Amino acid sequence: MATNNPPLLEVKNLRVEFPTRRGTLVAVDDVSFDIAPGEVLGVVGESGAGKSLTGNAIIGLLEPPGRIAGGEIRLEGKRIDNLPYEEMRKIRGARIGAIFQDPLTSLNPLYSVSHQLVETIQTHMPLSAAAAKARALDLLKEVGIPGAEQRIDHYPHQFSGGMRQRVVIALALCAGPRLIVADEPTTALDVSIQAQIIALLKKLGREHGTAVMLVTHDMGVIAETADRVAVMYAGRIVEVGPVRDVIKHAQHPYTKGLMGSIPSLGVRTERLTQIDGSMPRLNEIPKGCAFNPRCTVRGERCLVERPELMVAGASRAACWLHDPQGVGKPVAPVRETIDA
Amino acid sequence: MPEGSQYVRIDGLKRYFDVSAPWLVRAIEGRPRQIVQAVDGIDIEIAKGETFSLVGESGCGKSTVARLVVGLYPPTAGKIVFDGNDMADRRRQGAHSTLRRRMQMIFQDPFASLNPRWRVFDIIAEPIRAFGLSKNKADLEKQVGDLLKQVRLTPADGRKYPHEFSGGQRQRISIARALASQPEFLVCDEPTSALDVSVQAQILNLMMDLQRRLQLTYLFISHNLAVVYHISTRVGVMYLGRLVEQAPTDTLFKRPKHPYTRMLLDTIPDLDMTGRQRAPVAGEVPSPLNPPSGCTFHPRCPFANERCKTERPKALPIEGGTVACHGIEEGRIPIEDRVYAARG
Repeated sequence: MATNNPPLLEVKNLRVEFPTRRGTLVAVDDVSFDIAPGEVLGVVGESGAGKSLTGNAIIGLLEPPGRIAGGEIRLEGKRIDNLPYEEMRKIRGARIGAIFQDPLTSLNPLYSVSHQLVETIQTHMPLSAAAAKARALDLLKEVGIPGAEQRIDHYPHQFSGGMRQRVVIALALCAGPRLIVADEPTTALDVSIQAQIIALLKKLGREHGTAVMLVTHDMGVIAETADRVAVMYAGRIVEVGPVRDVIKHAQHPYTKGLMGSIPSLGVRTERLTQIDGSMPRLNEIPKGCAFNPRCTVRGERCLVERPELMVAGASRAACWLHDPQGVGKPVAPVRETIDA
Repeated sequence: MPEGSQYVRIDGLKRYFDVSAPWLVRAIEGRPRQIVQAVDGIDIEIAKGETFSLVGESGCGKSTVARLVVGLYPPTAGKIVFDGNDMADRRRQGAHSTLRRRMQMIFQDPFASLNPRWRVFDIIAEPIRAFGLSKNKADLEKQVGDLLKQVRLTPADGRKYPHEFSGGQRQRISIARALASQPEFLVCDEPTSALDVSVQAQILNLMMDLQRRLQLTYLFISHNLAVVYHISTRVGVMYLGRLVEQAPTDTLFKRPKHPYTRMLLDTIPDLDMTGRQRAPVAGEVPSPLNPPSGCTFHPRCPFANERCKTERPKALPIEGGTVACHGIEEGRIPIEDRVYAARG
């Protein structure tokens, strides 16, 4: 793996805030990670964990009033989090491509696919209309659209869901980006189509050396696609490591619970492992470790002191269990938490 | 299974939808009528206390079956027999409302299936009121309180509105509402697909607990094979409005027969597959407006031959289930055991 190369994307202590009338909500808190060229980093977590916001912050598309309140984002060594809108617009599309969940809403229904591809290509590359169209056709062929010569002049509604998502991927690839931020790219698709799209993303990463930040809640998709995975909970990364280690030897109690709650085809049990309770709301994140009220192995230290990511097996986990001083005196988990 | 011992029997069920353009447009432009064969001849038997699951990709007609079973759509042909009563006879009043009370439905989207202007108490009390199941106000309050406790909420939650709850909590409210009329048979249409995995585990555990405690029978609709494996006694696989295979859960997953079932099993992303390439299947589900001739799966099937293109296969019994496939019938397609690795 490409761990010796300098990272393509570096995120350091990223903090995303939403100012509201009742005070500031911290949706992404002190998140740091990096992605090497050609690497696929999976980001998983439940709804509201802050995974999509992290992705949006990187491509500079945070919805106001959300804003980056701290930390920095570097692409190929250059800071991109504080760029003016116009400059960021040039980077977005050219060096960072984006793929969103719903392929229907990321395409303009009023323009043909060729129009949208050519427009994007010409925005970022000095090509003539004919050359841009030729490139558009090549891209459509590359993402595996059968009959690309005819299909290129069709409109988005004439494509099926899986084909539309391929068009969106072609659109993201227009200017040969170094990084693709894919936010739930397969969630809206059927399983058999999902497999096709994942195989495509992997192939592109291999052939072009494009790094992918894959944001999803589907651990199965991550297991197959990603090299490394970051698990998010309540706006923070609780565990990050090679995908095999995180899945087979989860180090954080939350990751363990999450893995146990996924039904597996190997074993049928009477009950699935469940994590009692639900993720805290942003305005009531507990002191200490945010997971402590639901944690079955928490100690006194977890109630007061917030753990940073620390070495835990082959991964890094934000849990005092992996600190030499441990969690302190055991404390029973909160009994009366109401399930989600 | 001996005849008559089935609790729910679905016989040759069909439902067609007319999606033609308006009459005048058709007359002027010379366009034909267009009929979607959403459900095209399905036979299912469900025994009391078991969980029968229907799986398939979007557009295969599984939700239409759910709606037909609870009577939200009348069938185009075929019949549904519930505990010895033909549901088509339900216009003979009296028997109708009793049968209605005994079957309830849980919907996919817990945001759309609860009235946002009603308090949770009233949402859950509605079936009790509608079927006249409470003696007085105190009794009603007690029943609703018990229902809320059954789904691990508190009676005080009855005062709140649906928007005050998370997705999983709302799905619990839907379950409490479905249980309010003391039903025996629940039709669950993708009850967990809108939820996060950890919440999904909570809801599935709750549903299994309730089944044991109240002897419920479930018809469970899902596209998630891992969930289906976990919860079902028997599984039916649908493709373009037809049931291509049904079998006891272990048989279906260990010895899948129909090529479509195998394809579905191949495409499940499983956590143990890290690094393994899923075999992506070529092609997509064809439009149900114009389904392929013969076996509707033949354009995507690696084993298809001439017969598959012309003759519709019949469901034939095999190993405790049924399979509709010429290749299996002729012994052309070898049946192999599958081994799944337990997660370490």
